[in-house]
Amino acid sequence: MTVTARPGDPIITPALVAEHGLTTDEYDRLVAMLGRTPTFTELGIVSALWSEHCSYKHSRPLLRTLPTSAPHVLQGPGENAGVIAIGDGMAVAFKIESHNHPSAVEPYQGAATGVGGILRDVFTMGARPVALLNSLRFGSLDSARVRYLFAGCVKGIGDYGNCVGIPTVAGEVVFDPAYEGNPLVNAMCVGLLKESELMRAVAQGVGNPIIAVGARTGRDGIHGASFASEDLSEGSDAKRPRVQVGDPFTEKLLLEASLELIHSGHIVAIQDMGAAGLTSSSAEMAARGDVGVVIDTLKVPAREEGMTPYELLLSESQERMLVVAKKGREEQVRAILEKWDLTAAVIGEVIAEPVYRVVEGDRVVAEFPGIRLVTDCPTYEPEARESDDIRRRRERNVDAIAERPKEVDPVWTLEELLRSPTIASKRWVFQQYDHTIRTSTVIGPGGDAAVVRIRGTDRAIALKTDCNGRYTYLDPREGARIAVAEAARNVACTGARPMAITNNLNFGNPKRPEVYYQLREAVAGMAEACTALGTPVTGGNVSLYNENPSGAVYPTPVIGMVGLVESLAHVTRSAFSTAGDTIVLLGDNTAEIGGSEYLQRIHDTVAGHPPRCDLTAERKLIDALLEAIREGAVRSAHDTADGGLAVALAECVMMDRACATGAEVDLGKWSSLPLRALLFGEAQGRVVVSTPDPQAVLATAARHGVPASTIGTVKHSGSLDIRIGGHRLKASVPSLAEAYHEAIPRIMQRSASAQDVALTSDAVV
Amino acid sequence: MTFGIVTFPGSNGDYDALRAPIEALGEHAIYLWHKDHDLQNVDVVILPGGFSYGDYLRAGAIARFSPIMREVVAHAERGGPVVAFCNGFQIACEAGLLPGALLRNASLKFVCAPISLRVERTDTLFTSGYEQGQIITLPIAHGDGRYSADDATLERLEGDGQIVFRYAPDPLQAAEAYNPNGSMRDIAGIVNAQGNVLGMMPHPERAVDPLLGPADGVALFESILNHVAV
Repeated sequence: MTVTARPGDPIITPALVAEHGLTTDEYDRLVAMLGRTPTFTELGIVSALWSEHCSYKHSRPLLRTLPTSAPHVLQGPGENAGVIAIGDGMAVAFKIESHNHPSAVEPYQGAATGVGGILRDVFTMGARPVALLNSLRFGSLDSARVRYLFAGCVKGIGDYGNCVGIPTVAGEVVFDPAYEGNPLVNAMCVGLLKESELMRAVAQGVGNPIIAVGARTGRDGIHGASFASEDLSEGSDAKRPRVQVGDPFTEKLLLEASLELIHSGHIVAIQDMGAAGLTSSSAEMAARGDVGVVIDTLKVPAREEGMTPYELLLSESQERMLVVAKKGREEQVRAILEKWDLTAAVIGEVIAEPVYRVVEGDRVVAEFPGIRLVTDCPTYEPEARESDDIRRRRERNVDAIAERPKEVDPVWTLEELLRSPTIASKRWVFQQYDHTIRTSTVIGPGGDAAVVRIRGTDRAIALKTDCNGRYTYLDPREGARIAVAEAARNVACTGARPMAITNNLNFGNPKRPEVYYQLREAVAGMAEACTALGTPVTGGNVSLYNENPSGAVYPTPVIGMVGLVESLAHVTRSAFSTAGDTIVLLGDNTAEIGGSEYLQRIHDTVAGHPPRCDLTAERKLIDALLEAIREGAVRSAHDTADGGLAVALAECVMMDRACATGAEVDLGKWSSLPLRALLFGEAQGRVVVSTPDPQAVLATAARHGVPASTIGTVKHSGSLDIRIGGHRLKASVPSLAEAYHEAIPRIMQRSASAQDVALTSDAVV
Repeated sequence: MTFGIVTFPGSNGDYDALRAPIEALGEHAIYLWHKDHDLQNVDVVILPGGFSYGDYLRAGAIARFSPIMREVVAHAERGGPVVAFCNGFQIACEAGLLPGALLRNASLKFVCAPISLRVERTDTLFTSGYEQGQIITLPIAHGDGRYSADDATLERLEGDGQIVFRYAPDPLQAAEAYNPNGSMRDIAGIVNAQGNVLGMMPHPERAVDPLLGPADGVALFESILNHVAV
């Protein structure tokens, strides 16, 4: 059919093409595909679909190297969410996604709509969302702007998830100047479904109607995908209108209606109209089914009059779905939506002709051959070269850094670390998230990982997000390996076998060789770790261009891990509980201090080799720990991470403030190590266990070839008393608890941000 | 006995309210759709937590006009028991089933936490399973839970013994700020003058399984079972 420009459409000029973010090569490719000059509408479509955000053009070749299959993987990457089988015919759908750029300019709505998008990705698979997690990175809390972003994001996440009624059960919050101006907001959703109810977003069946469902389409969020694909700049605030506005109530209706539609058998496919809205959802569903589609923009329910096809196709108005129904079932579909007070409009159909066509009534405004709109997007493997500056930092001899005079008293150092907002209790955050709704949260926020029971079975799933961006900055490959290993260790500490991951790759501008180097190395490290630990990648999200005028963020490959607890009897908590229990350290201590929170917090230094990650040892550690848990020998298990062994022990005695204990510990066995490395170094592969039966734990560890040492006893003494040869660290538990639990509330109380946030939300609500 | 849980479009605590009597008591429970006009002969009506109609205007302000609420009010006027948790409490106040109103938390923040409550009355049909003055732990999860009423109403509530639960310091723990939302007179739950409608911000329906924490909500459901003639 003949494609005609609409009256009033701008003329296609090199300037207009550049404005749409297409390179000259990409534009030439488009012209070659069409065999003519594109219309304005076509240019808009391609600018969205070929944006980094939608096309993964700089990451796809790397992502192909990740392990993605295993017998339990029912759906790997390429769908709305990954799906794994967990036995008894049950399955888990899960995915993580970023909303970094919107949150940088409008934290409340940016973070809220991030939650909305990831919920839709999961329930469109036919899964009922049962848990949310989020992984957040901000600059230093000393900055008023950062406190505003932090408070706004937390409130946005809370208000959205709380209203839809999905518990936010875990997450992480990290503060580091590297994220100043470009916060990272990654939201993960986990849903439960029966294997038989798995739905895929594959358009099929000539004549089947395409139906727009949910909210009407407005002019908000146009070019959001393109905005997410460029560096943040001084002018980014002006792009605030590109940030969408969330409506969690409509989301809740959409959730219930979508699950009812999927279970009704009246539809063949469903997809969220997320980034690049109607354009990407329709084009991607068509491409997966290798079918043609036609969309009539005059039939799209619009929020305002006079919207052009360009606007309707590129709008990112929230809480909308695109459904392919079975022919003749339109009325049944409409009835289900009416029950939930939602609108449905047939806007197109699946056609035999292999084209992606958009019409406005009688006029064809865009037409692409076959599915080439999706498949013809170029991919890039640009130059990769490590930054000299970072290499020098890594190779610096950090052992030579002199101790500060105050470090004579290791209690001072310990409390200083516990007060570090990255380590300190995040209760201020998770208290704003409903984590008890749906009455399935066995372990909520604050533990090593969250545990959510599966009603009607004796099983549960364990969930965690992890990444230490400082490690990845200093050594991207090792850092990514550690991110996977730590996430696996965390879920294992709760009694769960690590099963699979979703990942969120947050990096800078890939066109810069040092950034592409980080991306390439991190993906390689992740692949190694996922293979070694048997946790395939089932999907995820790539967020590039996380830069602002002061530079790129730390390369931050966030890992979202799902583990399976085979019996509720295995669920294990982090904190010590019972006086007289023996404390056993699984794994070994080392002299490593590179990349540690200790160097950052106490010496304001980001340097050295991050701790070495031995994946074979990590696997053995997990096996040994899980076997000891199954034997009933483990009372508590807590991974040592940021701040090292001393911080881990301190957390074990006071992370549950209402049930604080104490401990006597002897680390004399390691008195030859530098004291600060032993106490605060972040050697990998270590777990602190408390047990009524130390012989059983030691024997199990020995069988698996895991180093294990008895290091002390749990006491209700009110103190943490650690002896190391001639040295002694004796701290009062209430004082440690004060440092750990009050650090963030104190900072936030001082600031005026509570007021800022109240204003933001009132303006919206 | 059959519990009927009203599902407004934005209810999200309806699932927990349905599961609680089934799992804790082995009794029946069904959903009641907000557009319906029929309570289907349930014995007890539960108004669950959530965001009834989005609650962008004022929590519960629209829900009171829904078709099912006419039936719920009639059921209450007949002396039928109504239990209203969280958003349900907000709706019950808007609908005039209970006096007072629930305002934005004093902190301006949503709060989700386990909270200590003192049982003030054990002579109601909802609380006979507790001991007078007993300190119990229940979860809260709300942004608008600050109970407010004029002085005359508060005096009447005190005088007539309608205050059933108050936020209270836990004797085993430090007495920090124990009132989580700034409610007047630490009020967490009240009954109407007739004693057949209970509204409370905390969530007993989320506290019926020891796997998840203290199961201090069970006694509330048992009290209802023991007192309501079927």
